[in-house]
Amino acid sequence: MIGQIIFIIILGFAVYLFSKNAAKVRRNILLGKDTDRSDQPALRWKTMAKVALGQTKMTKRPVAAVLHFFIYIGFVIINLEVLEIMIDGIFGSHRIFSGPLGSLYSVLIGSFEILALLVLISCVVFLIRRNILKLKRFSGVEMKEWPKSDANYILCIEILLMTAFLTMNAADYKLQTVHFGHYLAAGSFPIGSLIAPILPNGPHVLAGIERGCWWFHIVGILAFLNYLPYSKHFHIMLAFPNTYYSNLNPKGQFTNMASVTNEVKAMLDPSFVPENTGEVSRFGVKDATDLTWKNLMEAYTCTECGRCTSVCPANITGKLLSPRKIMMDTRDRITEVGNNIHKHGKDHVDDKTLLDTYITREELWACTSCNACVEACPVNINPLEIITEMRRYIVMEESQAPASLNNMFGNVENNGAPWKYSQADRLNWAEKGN
Amino acid sequence: MTELNIPTMAQMVAEGKTPDILFWVGCAGSFDERAQKITRDICKILQHVGISYAVLGTEESCTGDPAKRAGNEFLFQMQAMMNIEVLNGYEVKKIVTGCPHCFNTIKNEYPILGGNYDVIHHTQLIQQLIDEGKLKAEGGESFKGKRITYHDPCYLGRGNGVYEAPRRTLEILDADLVELKRCKSNGLCCGAGGAQMFKEPEKGNREVNMERMDDVLQSQATVVAAGCPFCMTMLSDGVKHADKEGEIRVLDIAEITARANGL
Repeated sequence: MIGQIIFIIILGFAVYLFSKNAAKVRRNILLGKDTDRSDQPALRWKTMAKVALGQTKMTKRPVAAVLHFFIYIGFVIINLEVLEIMIDGIFGSHRIFSGPLGSLYSVLIGSFEILALLVLISCVVFLIRRNILKLKRFSGVEMKEWPKSDANYILCIEILLMTAFLTMNAADYKLQTVHFGHYLAAGSFPIGSLIAPILPNGPHVLAGIERGCWWFHIVGILAFLNYLPYSKHFHIMLAFPNTYYSNLNPKGQFTNMASVTNEVKAMLDPSFVPENTGEVSRFGVKDATDLTWKNLMEAYTCTECGRCTSVCPANITGKLLSPRKIMMDTRDRITEVGNNIHKHGKDHVDDKTLLDTYITREELWACTSCNACVEACPVNINPLEIITEMRRYIVMEESQAPASLNNMFGNVENNGAPWKYSQADRLNWAEKGN
Repeated sequence: MTELNIPTMAQMVAEGKTPDILFWVGCAGSFDERAQKITRDICKILQHVGISYAVLGTEESCTGDPAKRAGNEFLFQMQAMMNIEVLNGYEVKKIVTGCPHCFNTIKNEYPILGGNYDVIHHTQLIQQLIDEGKLKAEGGESFKGKRITYHDPCYLGRGNGVYEAPRRTLEILDADLVELKRCKSNGLCCGAGGAQMFKEPEKGNREVNMERMDDVLQSQATVVAAGCPFCMTMLSDGVKHADKEGEIRVLDIAEITARANGL
């Protein structure tokens, strides 16, 4: 009875704390500017089903795809077992699904065990890839300190959780074979039965191990749930809305600035009456709050896998630009802005901005706008849009483009071509022979 | 070789004619000497198959693409609206471009500003003409058995999902077609996009086109097929820097097609 009460209190507290922190992330995302992503719902559901649920973009790197698939499917399916654990915890029952599900229960528990082992092995391989093989994709200036530890913490926590789950099952299995107490035969334990021989034989010690692991596993899961909003691991939830709200236009198509359209139309036709496009604080993006909520959602969805950076032509050739860093900087900055609001009220202004404090101009001007990063992202994140928006700020608000680009602008404006040729000579090619 | 006759839209209209398609030449196609050859080859192909076409000539102006990629939305929209006025004035319906950047800009970024046209890239047109049996590969240079690879321009490939049409134009050559290590959606940029063409590269340890040259050399191709005047510049420079000018030719798909047909 006391166990039940303690469980309910822990569960309630964990859910409360998670909702509070998830709401903070949601509030931070909504600090972004509005953008309409409500069109074509059917196509949006399809994109989400394919990209997030079906993980189709993961397949470009087969080894990571298979290992990640084990962890993903393990996470989704083992949640059924967590549901049983929750009910058992609240009502003080033991393996409550075993009765109603009959022989299906054995199949389920058996497959949970196999999945748990696959998750465990995958996490170990991932740790080896990160820390021993030191895959290039997981390094880089942005992958020091917290991001580096974050990745390792996640993998270690998952290994611990799976170990506790399998040990719990092993003790349960051993207790079932000696018909101890309420441990009646329920479930099949393909992995647990292999671990059982190394556990002690005393039924009371075994029951202690079983309970200990049960508590460790479920409290661990609840603690892990509360780790998510502080971690890149939040992608397990945000991947779904983020792919639903994907950009559905061709990747080559950059956004149109309606505020500029109004000014240009007024310039070309003095009788033009501009439509009201809402408040325009500035052209382009200087700080994270100038971005759209979708850009910010993408920043929180990023799991720092580095596929973007590893295919970026600028990064490959040693330039400063790393698309992953663009996303991480955006997330860190909007989190900082959110914390400032929390501490000092909503009108607080600090002396930092996303541009310059976090992202340097050298990074932005290294981009070739080739869309490789956008294509590579397994959850449809678009670093290029943020880069372009910041270029817009630098060019249109500050007139601080590199001198050579200013020359190019001047040529386009005066000659209708990016080079210094006269528009009158535009058909000269027709006169030349090959 | 027949005399090239390049009609302008203004001439056509003066004669009371409406061409079926407008050939948007682009700035590189108009002014860059290497790209001018490609422009003339596109005209030769159009003339050869008897398509009624015209160019804007001196009425054409930059689409605004480099301005837009560099962040100058004002300049882009100014250019776009002036071009749209000209195009709509001539009631243009269909456009073929010689450059993936013009193609992307007119196709995707002009509609919201009032310019709605059916836009294709010249490699798509060539593929259609081959499919219709109007273009073959006979009467000119033979590419039979030659090792040819194709470099995907970002704004044609990833930008607009056009991967197959350019490849299909090469299939007719009976050549030894080989893919680069990074191709199609994984294709590596030539280094010119995003207005990089018009500025010095940022500090790094290598040029992007030399990184791409690794893929080209590894493929052991003797012909690199291109579909973009900027890729053409970067790839040609890459071949030069790698000291492979005698061994590797960089040719636009229009040039390959024109040569194969002796145009």
